[in-house]
Amino acid sequence: MKVIYVDNNATTKVAPEVLQEMLHYFSEFYGNPSSMHSFGGQVGLKLKEARAKIANLIGAEPDEILFTSCGTESDSTAIRAAIMSNPDKKHIITSRVEHPAVKNLCEYLSKNGYRVTFVPVDREGRLDLEFLYRNLSDDTAIVSIMWANNETGVIFPIEEIVQVVKERGIVFHTDAVQAVGKVPVDVRKVEVDMLSISGHKIHAPKGVGALYIRKGTKYSPFLIGGHQEKGRRGGTENVASIIGLGKAGELAIDNIGKESVRVKHLRDKLENEILKRIPNSMVNGDTENRLPNTTSISFEFVEGEAILLMMDEFGICASSGSACTSGSLEPSHVLRSMGVPFTAAHGSIRFSLSVYNTEEEIDYIVEKLPPIIARLRELSPFWKA
Amino acid sequence: MWEYTDKVKDHFLNPRNAGEIEDADGVGEVGSLACGDALTLYFKLDENKRIKDAKFQTFGCASAIASSSALTEMIKGLTLEEAKKITNEDIADFLGGLPKEKMHCSVMGRDALEKAIANYLGEEEKRVEGEIVCECFGVTDQEIERVVRENNLSTIEDVTDYVKAGGGCGSCHEKIQEIIDSILGREHPVKKKPAKLTNIQKIRMIEETLEREIKPALKKDGGDIELVDVDGNTVFVRLHGMCATCSKSQVTLKHYVETKLRELVLPELEVEEVQQ
Repeated sequence: MKVIYVDNNATTKVAPEVLQEMLHYFSEFYGNPSSMHSFGGQVGLKLKEARAKIANLIGAEPDEILFTSCGTESDSTAIRAAIMSNPDKKHIITSRVEHPAVKNLCEYLSKNGYRVTFVPVDREGRLDLEFLYRNLSDDTAIVSIMWANNETGVIFPIEEIVQVVKERGIVFHTDAVQAVGKVPVDVRKVEVDMLSISGHKIHAPKGVGALYIRKGTKYSPFLIGGHQEKGRRGGTENVASIIGLGKAGELAIDNIGKESVRVKHLRDKLENEILKRIPNSMVNGDTENRLPNTTSISFEFVEGEAILLMMDEFGICASSGSACTSGSLEPSHVLRSMGVPFTAAHGSIRFSLSVYNTEEEIDYIVEKLPPIIARLRELSPFWKA
Repeated sequence: MWEYTDKVKDHFLNPRNAGEIEDADGVGEVGSLACGDALTLYFKLDENKRIKDAKFQTFGCASAIASSSALTEMIKGLTLEEAKKITNEDIADFLGGLPKEKMHCSVMGRDALEKAIANYLGEEEKRVEGEIVCECFGVTDQEIERVVRENNLSTIEDVTDYVKAGGGCGSCHEKIQEIIDSILGREHPVKKKPAKLTNIQKIRMIEETLEREIKPALKKDGGDIELVDVDGNTVFVRLHGMCATCSKSQVTLKHYVETKLRELVLPELEVEEVQQ
C-alpha cells in the first residue's frame, strides 16, 4: 500500500541527497575527527563544513553551533547552562504549550528548587505577552519560549519577546525545532541567546541536533567529558549524522521558499476542503501566524485514535492530540491550555506536510477522510445528525 | 502504535451491532466526552428472558469500539444471570487480548453491562460507594479494590491501565499503593467513607445544570455559556454574545452561575471565566 505521509512534525524522511552524503562515513572514512592523522583529520574537515552549513542556515557564526544528539538534548543543554551559570537566580519562565523536552524539564526543576512561571495562551494559542513581561524579575535565570508550536503550528512573536527579555539582561532560549527549515530563522535579526535545532525534523536522520549559543553567552556543559565541541559537549561526534545534518541545512535554505508557497498551498487546500466537507470540524490555533506546513483540525464527537487507525487503513499517516494516542489518559496539554473544549480536543488530528507531498496525495486524503468521520460519528452516542 | 490483535482490528473496522434499540429493555451508559470514551449499551429480551438483541454506541478509541462490539456479541442469547458473570477479562479474552494500557476499555464494557442490567431490573442507579481516590478520573477506592482483586493487579501502573486511576496528575499514587498493599497483605482493609461524586458524575451534572438552568436564563439576555474544563472543583467556562462583552460578566458568573452550580451540583464548586 502506498504511504501518504503527513506527519512531518513528528519526523521527516531523510532526503536522498542527505543519505548519499552520509554513506561514506561509516565503513569508508571512519576515522575519529579528533585524531592527528589525516585519515581522521579529513573527517574533522567535513564536520567543520557541516557546522558552517548549519550556521549559514540561521545566520550564525560556525563557532556558535554545537552539535548534540537531538532536540531534547539541545533544550536541556540550553536551560541547564543558563541555570548552572547563574547559580543565584532561581526563576524560569516558559510557556504552557512547550514540547515535553522543555515542559517536563521545567516541571522537574520546579520540584527541585526552582520557581517556574508558565505563560498561558489564549483560545487561538497566542501567548499572553503581558503576563510574560509582568513576571520577568531579577531572579529570572532564563526565558525559554518555543519559536513555533509543534501541534498547532502557531508561531510566537520571538523577535518582540527577545527585545523585552534582553533589555532586562535575562538569557533567552528558543526551541526552534519546528521552525527551522520551514520559516526564515535568522539570529542576526532575532537576537536569541540560544536556539535548538533537531535533525530529523529537517530531513536529516534521527539522533542528531544542534544548539546555537550566541558568542558571549555564559555556558556550562551538560555532557562533561572529552574536548569535543571545544569542551562544550564531551563525547565522540556522531560523524555521519552531523554531515547529514549539514547537507539537510543546505537543502533547507532552498526548501524554505517552497515551504512558503507550494507546501502552504497544499496545506491550505487540505484544510479548506476538510472544513468544507466535514460538518462540526474546526481549525485549532491562530491561522494568521502559523507554520506553512501544519494544520490541527478537530472533529467534534469522535475520538482521534479511531480516526488515525481508519486513516491508517488507507496508508494515511497523521497524528492526534487525543488522550488515547499518547498512552497517557488526558488530551494534549497544548489544546487544553488553549481551552479547546473536550468535545473537540479528543477528536483533533494534526496534518503536517513536507516538500515531498503532492497534490494527488492531498486529493486522496480529502476523498477518504469525510466517510471515516461520518462512520465514527454514526457509532458515537453524542452525535445527533 | 498499539499492538492490536486481528480480532480487535476486525471488531473496530467492522463493528457488530452498532446502533440504538429504541424500545430497549435495559440501557447502560458509562463514560463521558470529557474522559475521552463513553459507551451506551442497549439490550432487548425475548419471551424467555434471554437477551435477544444487543446494540451499542461508543465514542472512543479503536479498543473501546472493539470491546463494545465484542460485548454485544458475547451477551446475545444469554440470560441476565449468565450475562452478569461476564468479567472485563472475558471481554479482553474474546478479542484475543488487549494492550495492557487499554484494559480500561474492557472494564468500561463490563460497567455498561452491569448498568444496563440494573436499569432493566429497575434498580436505582447505585450511588458510587467509597471514597474518591483519583480526582482526575473520578475513581473510588472500591472500584480500585475490585479491579485489583479480579485481575490480580500488583502495581499502580496496572491500576491505571485498568480503571485510569492515577493516569492524570499522579497525586493519588500513594493512596493507590496503599490499597494494593492492603489487598496483597490483606491486613488493613480500606475504610468505607461516605459517598462522594465521581468526576464523571460531577461533569455530567455540571453540563446538565448549565443546559437546563443557566443557558436559558443567559440567552434571554442575548448571551450564552460554554463549559471548557473542570479541574477538581474549579469549573472553567467561556461566555459568548452579550455576556462576553458585558462588564458585569464577572458579577453574572460569581453570583449566578456559581450559586446555581453550588446549589444543584456541589457546594464546593468555583467558577472561573476563560477569556475569548
